[in-house]
Amino acid sequence: MRTSVLMAIAKAVSFCVIEQNWSEMAEIVSLAEAVERTIHDGDAVAMEGFTHLIPFAAGHEVIRQRRRDLTLIRMTPDLIYDQLIGAGCARRLIFSWGGNPGVGSLHRFRDAVEHSWPAALEIEEHSHAGMANRYVAGASGLPFAVLRGYNGTGLETLNAGHEAAPTIKPITCPFTGETLTAVAAIRPDAAVIHAQRADRSGNVQFWGIAGVQKEAVLASQRSVVTVEEIVESLDPRPGAVVLPSWTVSYVAHVPGGAHPSYALGYSARDNDYYVAWDAIGRDRDAFGRWLEECVYAVPAGQL
Amino acid sequence: MTSQVSMIPAEPGELTYTADEMMTVAAARALRDGMTCFVGIGLPSAAANLARATHAPGLVLIYESGAIGAKPTELPLSIGDGMLAETADAVVSVPEIFNYWLQPGRIDVGFLSAAQIDKFGNINTTVIGRDYENPTVRLPGSGGAPEIAASCREVIVVVRQSARSFVERVDFVTSVGYGSGPGDRQRLGLTGAGPKKIITDLGVLEPDPVTLEFTLTGLYPGVSAAAAKERTGWDLAVASEPEIIPGPGPAELDALRNLQRSTG
Repeated sequence: MRTSVLMAIAKAVSFCVIEQNWSEMAEIVSLAEAVERTIHDGDAVAMEGFTHLIPFAAGHEVIRQRRRDLTLIRMTPDLIYDQLIGAGCARRLIFSWGGNPGVGSLHRFRDAVEHSWPAALEIEEHSHAGMANRYVAGASGLPFAVLRGYNGTGLETLNAGHEAAPTIKPITCPFTGETLTAVAAIRPDAAVIHAQRADRSGNVQFWGIAGVQKEAVLASQRSVVTVEEIVESLDPRPGAVVLPSWTVSYVAHVPGGAHPSYALGYSARDNDYYVAWDAIGRDRDAFGRWLEECVYAVPAGQL
Repeated sequence: MTSQVSMIPAEPGELTYTADEMMTVAAARALRDGMTCFVGIGLPSAAANLARATHAPGLVLIYESGAIGAKPTELPLSIGDGMLAETADAVVSVPEIFNYWLQPGRIDVGFLSAAQIDKFGNINTTVIGRDYENPTVRLPGSGGAPEIAASCREVIVVVRQSARSFVERVDFVTSVGYGSGPGDRQRLGLTGAGPKKIITDLGVLEPDPVTLEFTLTGLYPGVSAAAAKERTGWDLAVASEPEIIPGPGPAELDALRNLQRSTG
């Protein structure tokens, strides 16, 4: 009786409270196992990494495990989501900039939006500032964040038309009366990131361009971190982000797991790959061949 | 990436250069030494790096990846290339770059490009076609541009000019310039002053002080106002005596070509 009342209360407040089980340490497992346990059909998944530390190997494993109907969340979908969208894993995309940086279009993303191939893709679109703040709200256990943004833009107008689930709304400052913009929190089922290092207890450390990975992990119920190396213990590094083991669900050792993105101190961004992707992504058959040869035929964790 | 097609005709003994090189040089000249500049990738990044390599060594380059004071020695392909973080004065998270650095109006100039731009300097990088749900072309979207356009003290846009991209009214307002005219920025609560220059491969457009409509105020050597009007989708107003902008000097061209060569 008491349990069911408590559960009802817990359910009622679950909108505002992070549901992660914070007391458990991260488990160090294989990439295949981490993905299998963390990401399920229909989940909302944030694979973050802002140009740097993009978790490509984990993305490929999601494709190999043929996950479907995912809501993919990412500020810059980049090649990683172009690949997941083209492979038919996504039903919905929440994003803020969907291009191939310095090269041009993400053609699989465009094909899905413009021609519903391989399936229709619902999109929910924000600015970078809006997305970043939505993650901050999620990590903070708040239902929304406040910023100066969107005023006069088409995204604001578009969102006002989405009565069902608006994620951008005006809000009045209770102190000054000024009108600001509220954006709804992002609370993914799972976050996936790549980091330079973890120790044997599953504490994670990354540095360089840190993006929104800390916020994405803290906003999510479950998480997978792939790492370049696992060390006995982490030595302090100025400016590094540390995610203690009890904030992470699974750590997998995947050296080179960010390629063609990079891990500062371990690899350089493979700009040639980004340029070469244009021709692969542009053509459905070429993409299909790439998928067969470079994803399905490759064991987990190899790129 | 750089178009090498349209060579500017040169007098005997003069340097030859492309229209894109002229545009990048003109954009670089718009940046003053010591300014803080929020840099978009592509044409703006090339111009900002050229400025730093020539007349503005103290220019502070800020990229939305969180690199503040980046000093790349070659042009980055993305806003997050490793070199930007390794050479920066500080590297901060993405929420921080937008909330602490851009939003309060700390940054002098936002340097942007556009897929479509209209006579009030509104920028579209979202969709071509008026039906958002069924776009003719799906473009990358907002990125950092809406808040860069809103919050930097001023904005400079670098974009190749064509009748298709310079339109009466953009299909989608991704980033606000002057909205639909005078008073709109104040009404919308946008704290920055808005776009001060559109620098193209033909010349320079600046807002009319009264109507805020972009007007042709500068032309590159050998380019006519008629050519600029032809490559504008609205009835482009022309200043009574458009400035003839000097062609690139040898030092500017050398520096630009060195930057581009090192990018591979």
